[in-house]
Amino acid sequence: MIDSGDTAFIMLSAAMVLLMTPALALFYAGMVRSKNVLGTILQSFVMIAVITFEWIYIGYTMSFGPDVNGLIGDLSMFALNGVGTAPSPTYATTIPQLVFMIYQCMFAVITPALITGAFAERVRFGPFILFSLLWTIVVYNPVCHWIWGGGWLADRGVLDFAGGLVVHLTSGAAAAAAVIVLGPRKGLGRDKFMPHNLPMTLLGTGLLWFGWFGFNGGSALAADGIAATAFVNTHVAGMAGLAMWVALEWVLYKQPTTLGAASGAIAGLATVTPAAGFISPHAAVVIGLLAGSACFAAVTYKNKVGFDDSLDVVGIHGLGGVIGTICLGIFASKAINPGGADGLLAGNASFLTTQVFGVVVVGVYAFVVSFVLLKIIDIICGGMRVSPEDETVGLDQAAHSENAYNM
Amino acid sequence: MKKIEAIIKPFKLDDVKDALNQIGITGMTLTDVKGYGRQKGHREIYRGAEYMVDFIPKVKLGIIVPAEKADEVVETIISAARTGKIGDGKIFVLPVDDVIRVRTGETGNGAI
Repeated sequence: MIDSGDTAFIMLSAAMVLLMTPALALFYAGMVRSKNVLGTILQSFVMIAVITFEWIYIGYTMSFGPDVNGLIGDLSMFALNGVGTAPSPTYATTIPQLVFMIYQCMFAVITPALITGAFAERVRFGPFILFSLLWTIVVYNPVCHWIWGGGWLADRGVLDFAGGLVVHLTSGAAAAAAVIVLGPRKGLGRDKFMPHNLPMTLLGTGLLWFGWFGFNGGSALAADGIAATAFVNTHVAGMAGLAMWVALEWVLYKQPTTLGAASGAIAGLATVTPAAGFISPHAAVVIGLLAGSACFAAVTYKNKVGFDDSLDVVGIHGLGGVIGTICLGIFASKAINPGGADGLLAGNASFLTTQVFGVVVVGVYAFVVSFVLLKIIDIICGGMRVSPEDETVGLDQAAHSENAYNM
Repeated sequence: MKKIEAIIKPFKLDDVKDALNQIGITGMTLTDVKGYGRQKGHREIYRGAEYMVDFIPKVKLGIIVPAEKADEVVETIISAARTGKIGDGKIFVLPVDDVIRVRTGETGNGAI
């Protein structure tokens, strides 16, 4: 039975999540050097084409098709076969299945785009496209099925409201593998990798925050009280992450920074994602504060050890996904969402164990498969990296024959 | 004739320009420059990564004057641009062989 309110809300949410991909492009592009702006933007933007193609033909059916042994969806909905204006009997039963399909498509699009921050300023465009496409097929679709498509992790009771595991941990683990396979940018430790345009990054942050209401709120898949809970928790966690990161900088470096405010907000938003519809706003505040401090520490540590995760995909999204998923095991409450679970604070320690299990499985799977995939592409494509000469010239000129700023 | 090149702090530019106008200097050329001397660079922090930025923004004034006017111009710039803190700048005085006004072809002091 189609509900017009639910349908309108999820269609709007889908549009908001789509917006997050170009928003991410701006968020990332402001942090690179001016010679790599367009290359960085395009890496996110082109995912809209590559992954939407993949999604409507095989991605949707692999993720949400009828289950095969808990591992993957079968191919009976290949090319949207049977996906029409009638609701799915299984998922989001009050909206047309087409709406559910396109809403989920936007999540699949942004996830590989998140990874691009790890190998910013040095990846070859062709091998990158091939990696993103294959990665979505062998990492995103299976993990999405395990947790949201009625797969084996869902059967075990692992919960992920809007993508702490499916989106943030998969991309964060892939990012860690990518940094190891591709190596650091040329001149790390000698050259200055200063952000070329922080207002661009802040514009991206604002648009991401806006889109996140659709990302988390829409994950209720209905315009109901759970959506309201997720909506509010999203905002307060972003707020708390922002406040915490800026406060830490103020104390430790004597000056708060704009990039710190943006980073803290994204850390809070990413971290609350798996928990958004299952916890109280006060738990969301705690999660945001924890995200702001833990991600701040991780990024600072990264700078000390020379691990060139250039735009901090591991330290913000990967770690955020881990912390948020585990915090859900602590703060979840059936009083908030009867369809969820009770966590440690409600006296159910076993749910926390379940969540930790989910983190380990998804983290290890995504890391190992990403690493192998990157190595294979590195060999068959003659290198994932651009040549040292092209890296010096910059991706905009070398790979795209464009300049961002013709002034 | 002399060319006076003065590298000064950007926020002192208006004071220096006004002071030079007061003593009858009616033209100058301004360039944005970056550099460092005894005043070393400053620190910038991005997500905890600290960078020392060596080159500090300054402005460079170029003024051509009759030789006998040079000392007065130099004194004026010093008094207007000085803050007493490190990084106030430098002034260079160079000999100039000739000046030609493009529009009329005039040369020498009359072309300044």
